[in-house]
Amino acid sequence: MAARRSALSALASAAVLAAPLALAGCTAGSTAIVAGGPSTLAVGFTAEPQNFDFTTTDGAAIPQALLYNVYETLVKIDSDGEITGGLAESWDVSDDRTVYDFHLRDDATFSNGEPFTASDVEFSVERVKQDWTISLQSGMDVVDRVEVVGEYHARVVLSRPSNSWLRAMTTRIGAMFDPSGVADLANDPVGTGPYDVESRRRGDAVVLTRNPEYSRPGSPRPEPDYRTVVLKYYADATALNNALLSGGIDVISGVTAPDSVPQFEADNRFRVLQGTTNGEVVLAYNNRRAPLDDVRVRKALTYAVDRKALLEAAWGGRGELIGSMVPPTDPWFEDLSGEYPYDPDRARRLLREAGHESLRLNLRIANLPYAVSSAQVVAAHLKKVGVTVDIEPLDFPAVWLQQVFTDGDYDMSIVQHVEPQDITTFGDPEFYWGYDSERVQRLLTEADTAPPREYIADMRRVARTLSDDAAANWLFLFPNIVVAKNEVRGLQANQVSESFDLTGLRRQEPS
Amino acid sequence: MTVGERVAAGASPAVAIARRLVIFVVSVGVASVVVFAFMAVLPGDPAQVALGVNATPELVEQTRQEFGLDRPLVTQYLDWMGGLLTGDFGTSYVTKEAIGPQLLDRLGVTLWLVGAGMLVALLLAVPTGIVAAVRHRKPSGVIVSAASQVGVAVPAFLAAIILVQVFAVQLGWLPSGGWTPPAYDVGAWLSGLILPAVSLGLVQGAVLTRYVRSAVLDVQREDFLRTARAKGLRPYPALLRHGLRNAAVPVVTVLGLQLATLLVGAVVIERVFVLPGLGSMLLDAVAARDLLTVQSVVLVLVVGVLLVNFLVDVLYAVLDPRLRRS
Repeated sequence: MAARRSALSALASAAVLAAPLALAGCTAGSTAIVAGGPSTLAVGFTAEPQNFDFTTTDGAAIPQALLYNVYETLVKIDSDGEITGGLAESWDVSDDRTVYDFHLRDDATFSNGEPFTASDVEFSVERVKQDWTISLQSGMDVVDRVEVVGEYHARVVLSRPSNSWLRAMTTRIGAMFDPSGVADLANDPVGTGPYDVESRRRGDAVVLTRNPEYSRPGSPRPEPDYRTVVLKYYADATALNNALLSGGIDVISGVTAPDSVPQFEADNRFRVLQGTTNGEVVLAYNNRRAPLDDVRVRKALTYAVDRKALLEAAWGGRGELIGSMVPPTDPWFEDLSGEYPYDPDRARRLLREAGHESLRLNLRIANLPYAVSSAQVVAAHLKKVGVTVDIEPLDFPAVWLQQVFTDGDYDMSIVQHVEPQDITTFGDPEFYWGYDSERVQRLLTEADTAPPREYIADMRRVARTLSDDAAANWLFLFPNIVVAKNEVRGLQANQVSESFDLTGLRRQEPS
Repeated sequence: MTVGERVAAGASPAVAIARRLVIFVVSVGVASVVVFAFMAVLPGDPAQVALGVNATPELVEQTRQEFGLDRPLVTQYLDWMGGLLTGDFGTSYVTKEAIGPQLLDRLGVTLWLVGAGMLVALLLAVPTGIVAAVRHRKPSGVIVSAASQVGVAVPAFLAAIILVQVFAVQLGWLPSGGWTPPAYDVGAWLSGLILPAVSLGLVQGAVLTRYVRSAVLDVQREDFLRTARAKGLRPYPALLRHGLRNAAVPVVTVLGLQLATLLVGAVVIERVFVLPGLGSMLLDAVAARDLLTVQSVVLVLVVGVLLVNFLVDVLYAVLDPRLRRS
């Protein structure tokens, strides 16, 4: 009797525990704070915007969410790296390449109802020079003045020819603002794009809804397909994967745990797209500090690392070996991955030549998965040529920025450089590379002012010189891996711009 | 000395509670200094983090001034405390938003999580603890006891990962994460709360089971319970009618301690389930070196723990009539 009763009470307590579980079964799946349905898309990201003001707060997360989607630019960059029209339908460049005439769309309107005109171009460009504080702001230094020629005709005059300027106009510094829409950029962005920020829940999601003012008759996509897009933020890569697997989201914007990709590839509910990014994972050498100020040592270390094996071990073989600071979508890309073939004997010889039988170097890396796993391979390979490596993961971004980037207190470091055209950082001797080459500085200046064809040739020369000097060791190009439910179409494999471009997305009914 | 002990020792309840209140306020003050000092020595410059790579030193310096980081530490501390006393937590220089409302919003999520976790722990621990105690010599009691031992050894985040795999990814019954405010959709809110609460509550429940069991075992040996049994009551009714209240006193002590553990555990669980609570607010703010926000969150957590301890003390007097007479 007693035994039966205790069994009963155990059952009862089990039932109490199970009741809410059973009850919840009916409502599973709805995790977004807006109603789901075919016109809603939920996209998962790993880095959340701190605020919505990319004019004073740096970082990839804000332009990823807002650029092209909420804010538009005069010119856009497509997934092949080509510059195409945006708010400007077309543009002419003067023969001396200092005057740009932009012919604007006459049907663009800001989400506050104000029409977009040439005076907004003047306002926005001037504002970059005066009020922006992020470092990219310097991309606008070359602009001398903006003239409002007509309501839909803006003229930008440069103080000298610049090839990089128009390309920079496809990034956030080219975003167009309305003078009456900049009062609270951090919380209330106002743009001409197809979406408007409806709400945000910090630590969780940003909800974009269709901008009622947006209509582009005659364009390939007069209106966005999805009325509502929920940008969901997951600090943890596994949580992000689980959200897609359990139906909480429709798209993973970028997989950061490569070993999880096969499970998506094997599952016919999903599609996996793999392309390139602008993110070079760089083993930085402190060119300013002995013994790495000796080119023989830098070359030795570059020969000593088997990058193919590293990519396999650190990132599941996903990514590309490029051997330079240039991603394949830049027009001056040249595959330099064969310049330093894996050759430990040669590395040892070079080190001996430089007078080092053995070395001890610190490797102060960002405490991020790709850097930690790459560092272990680097340390193992360098050990074989007599270099002892002390790996020190630093809290990223705060501590890494302070110690390595600002103070330059490091021998080697590993971090991913994601800014477009960041090869130009090698022209700045103050940059944390500590790389001071007159030739590279001269070539970069010449390249920017040269006619377009020479521009490309000059940039190739820069990349080659950096490689010859072993100014850094370009381990691999970070892959862009997008996973989506089958019905989501129009996603781009290559991440070329700073934006996660929602404008081309559409839903395909399952057949 | 607890409020109960003070009262028992002859002090009036009001004086005893006032004493504890003073200690509570002083503790909060000391905690605020410690928290602030800790933030001040944390490596990493908030201005540099906000501006990112390529920022010029002049710009970083200018931004430091805007953030008010160039002022003497004492001024910064006094400003902060002055604001807190008037209920103003200040505006984050990273998010450009008022911290107070943010904090309240996030606190709501964490309190739901901790409350639900506690509920799960109690629902689990009280029945199983009693069964384990009453049947402590029988195989079923030993099995319950051993199972709780296993539960103690499993960290909450591991339980969370396993639960997500089974109930969200494989079975698809519950969402793998995310938060819906209860005011928006009660069903979605509940379904989102279950897995986090169970992961948090399972481990605490297992710990609590062991305390309930030993408390009940102790009570069972008391004379009054033997008398009740002798009177003819069966074990469970005897325990329910005469023993539980007595067993509750030590259990409440542990419960108070566990609430503090739950608050800390919630930080990790929020991360796993992507819940916008205090924990994720804290971790995000640390990463962005949003010092003002970090300070405020940590202080709220510290005050929360101190408050729980204070309330537990007061609760003794309620539970134990011997400690209640004036």
